Formats: sequence, structure tokens, C-alpha cells
Amino acid sequence: MFRSLTEPTGRLVTVSLDGRSVELPEGDNLAVALLRAGHGPFRTTPVKAAPRMPYCMMGVCFECLAEIDGVPNRQTCQERVVPGQSIRRQDGARSTGSAVPPAPAARGTP
Amino acid sequence: MSHAAFAIVGGGLVGAGIGYGLAKAGHDVLLLDEGDVAFRAARGNFGNVWVQGKGLNSPTYADLSRGAALGWRDFAAELEDLSGVPLHFSQNGAFYVCLSAAELDRRADALLAAEAASRIPSGVERVDRSAIAAVIPEIGETVAGATFCPLDGMVDPLRLLRALLSGYQRFGGRVQAGARIARIDGDGRGFVLQGAAGTVATADRVVLAAGLGNAALAPQLGLTAPVRPVRGQVFVTEKLRPFMSCGIHFIRQTADGGVICGESSEEAGFDEATTRPVLRDSAAKITAVLPLLRHVRVVRAWGALRVMSPDGLPVYQRSATHPGAYLASVHSGVTLLPFHAGPFAAALAGDWLAPDLAAAFSPERFHV
Repeated sequence: MFRSLTEPTGRLVTVSLDGRSVELPEGDNLAVALLRAGHGPFRTTPVKAAPRMPYCMMGVCFECLAEIDGVPNRQTCQERVVPGQSIRRQDGARSTGSAVPPAPAARGTP
Repeated sequence: MSHAAFAIVGGGLVGAGIGYGLAKAGHDVLLLDEGDVAFRAARGNFGNVWVQGKGLNSPTYADLSRGAALGWRDFAAELEDLSGVPLHFSQNGAFYVCLSAAELDRRADALLAAEAASRIPSGVERVDRSAIAAVIPEIGETVAGATFCPLDGMVDPLRLLRALLSGYQRFGGRVQAGARIARIDGDGRGFVLQGAAGTVATADRVVLAAGLGNAALAPQLGLTAPVRPVRGQVFVTEKLRPFMSCGIHFIRQTADGGVICGESSEEAGFDEATTRPVLRDSAAKITAVLPLLRHVRVVRAWGALRVMSPDGLPVYQRSATHPGAYLASVHSGVTLLPFHAGPFAAALAGDWLAPDLAAAFSPERFHV
């Protein structure tokens, strides 16, 4: 559905997407990389469980949420592809008992 | 220009609540609302229906709050039915948590002593940490205990205001938006309400329910509204799976899953801003009480201004110099809503409040 206007520059690295191994370009915007890989829906809503995909791509709408490395409700449009990262669909509301976010250095946040 | 039997200045929870009651009883009512530029406590408030700790020095106020809280369930059902707006009202009681044994002792002693002085029982009790943990297992280890009152509850304040205005209009009440009233003249036969651009409306009787705006309007009609803004800062988190079946005094989980936290009380004039030190303190306190929230994200924070009288109690007044002019200056617009829509609206249309209420809430108490 989406294709890049330029040749990808990042090397392909392996990440885990809902338990499957997927190759994504290292350093790419994570939401973009997942859209190009055909991933979706990214999440389901907390109240009505409706499917959602990225919308604003600039950190405002919170539609592109996913669980990244065990941390729920992260905005994939504000993250980059990091080797070995684990991405899971955000199903509904998170619980309070979720994992602790990793130290900032390991998060690959732009 | 409109004319009405009753003009109510202020379209927040207090004004709309009074209007709802008057319109329901068949009166001709015009609600004059400044609009969304107003310092609208109805929009910024936390959404607690709250009884415990109120009226420690005034059994009349304690009973007023308790009576209103007891009427909330029926009022909410009526309003939801009428408006079709879900209010997300619940009344499962709430904890006021204390972080030290000394604070718990002081608070429980004061509340239990006041309980004996009130006519309407609130059912307040002192509970230890394990009793809180039985209801909210996530409660922090550092919590010493709490006072629990089964009359405390919560409601979505934004949906509430919308439902109230919708119900009011269904009863035939009229709303004029963008109507900021600056001057009111009474000529003995009625009242003329003026904005910056001239006359907005005329009315046989007028009710001031303009929150902080009452302070400037009241003296024009021989009324007194010694109210000042007291700021509260509130934040809301990302949505979480439901884990709180009842509230903690400064923490509640909404029906949609977000956790709202607000516990500041600041003298900041008319500044509605949020400040980092206060939000940081609130965050530190909420994570002490519910440590599992430590890694939950805050998605929005806001400031809002309480309408506070010198003793924190409501001010209700009927003008002696301008018959037909009334005033309600209230901090607890949510909790007292069933009173404003019921007995208070009836008092405006009739012979005013019962003598004990009229005396307890008259501003004459401030003249010493």
C-alpha cells in the first residue's frame, strides 16, 4: 500500500511483530516501517474495541499505539526501528501491571 | 432583547442546576451564559460527589451536603433519562487516604466527632490499610489507612453540564450564549441586564449564579459575594483497564479508563495555568498512594478556579434592597446539584429557604 520515494538507506534488521520475525530498515520511523510492512490494525480502542491505524503521524492523535518491548501505549510514530525490538498490537486499555519502561538509552527514541 | 420571569446569570453547574429546577416546575427561565471564555469551574472540576469532611464546623452544611448526596442517584437517573446523556455516575463510597498514623488519627477523630453532631448520618468510618487493599489491591504500602464514606461518589462533569443544559431546554428553559452581564439595574418593577453592547435581557426576577463573577455583580443588587479564586491543578492519564471500583479523595478512574488526579489548592488569583512543581508534587503523591501508576503516562493537565467563600461554605442570599434578586455562590456545584435543582429552586419560586438554612448560609455571617 505504501512505498518509499527513495531507496531505503538503513540496513534491514530483525524485529518481532506480534511474535513473528520481520525485517525492517534500522532507524526508520517505526509507524512508517510497520505500515510499509503491511501491519494493521495497530491497536483496538479501550471502550469499543474498534480497530485503529496511524492517523496524524506527528504524535498528536494516539491512534498508532503499540506495545513496544513490553511497554504499552507507545506512539509508534514517535519511535524508530531498533534491532531486536518487540512490537505487539495494543489491544484495548493497558493494565496497571504492565512492564516498566526500559532505560532511555535502550529505547531508541528519536 | 428577551424578557423572562427568571433570568439566571451564569450557565455553569450552579446556574444550569437552578434553571433546571425552575423550568421543571413550569417557570419561564432565561439562562445567560458568558460562553466558553468564562472561568468555568463546571468544566475544569474533578467530578467528585463528596460528603466526608464537609461541614466539620457547620452541621447545617454537613446535612446539606449529605441530603444532596442522598438525592444524587435519583437525580442522575432522571437526568440521564431526560437527556439521553450517560453521566458515568457511581456512588460506591470513597476513601480519603492518610499517609501517616498521626494524620489518620487527627482526621478520623474530627470526622467521627462531627458525625455525632449531624442530623443525617453519613456512615463515615475509619479503616486500616488492609481494608483499602481489599477493595483496591494496588494501594501503596506507605498508606496508613483512610476514612471511608459510603455517600461519596463521582460523575463526569462535562457530560453532566451537557445533560443538565439539555434537560433544562427540554423543560422549556431558554439559553442565551455569549451573554456576559456587566451591569444589572432594578427599578422596583423588574431588572434590566446589560452587557458591554447594551441591554441583553429584562426579567421579573434575577438569580446570580456567575461563580467568581458574582463578586462584581452582587453589590449592584444589595447582595454580597465575598468569593475568591482558589486554583486546583488536575491531570488525567492514558486509559487503563478498570482497577478502581471506588474513588480515593484525589484520584478517580473514569468510566473510559483514564485516571484523574487533582489535589492542589492554591491562591493564584485568576491565573488558570498549570505549574510543574505542583504537578510534580501531585504525581509524587499519587504514586505513593498507587505505586503501579508510576509508569503510566499523563496525557493532559489543566488548571481551574474554585469559587471559594471565606469559610468554604455556600453563600445563599435574597436581596433586602432589591426584592426579586437572589444569589448563589457555591464551591461544591457537583455535590449540591440535587439541592440546587430541587429545594433551592423551589425556595426561589416560593418563600425563600427554611430559616435555619437562610441563617447558616447568609453572607451576614461574615460581618463581625
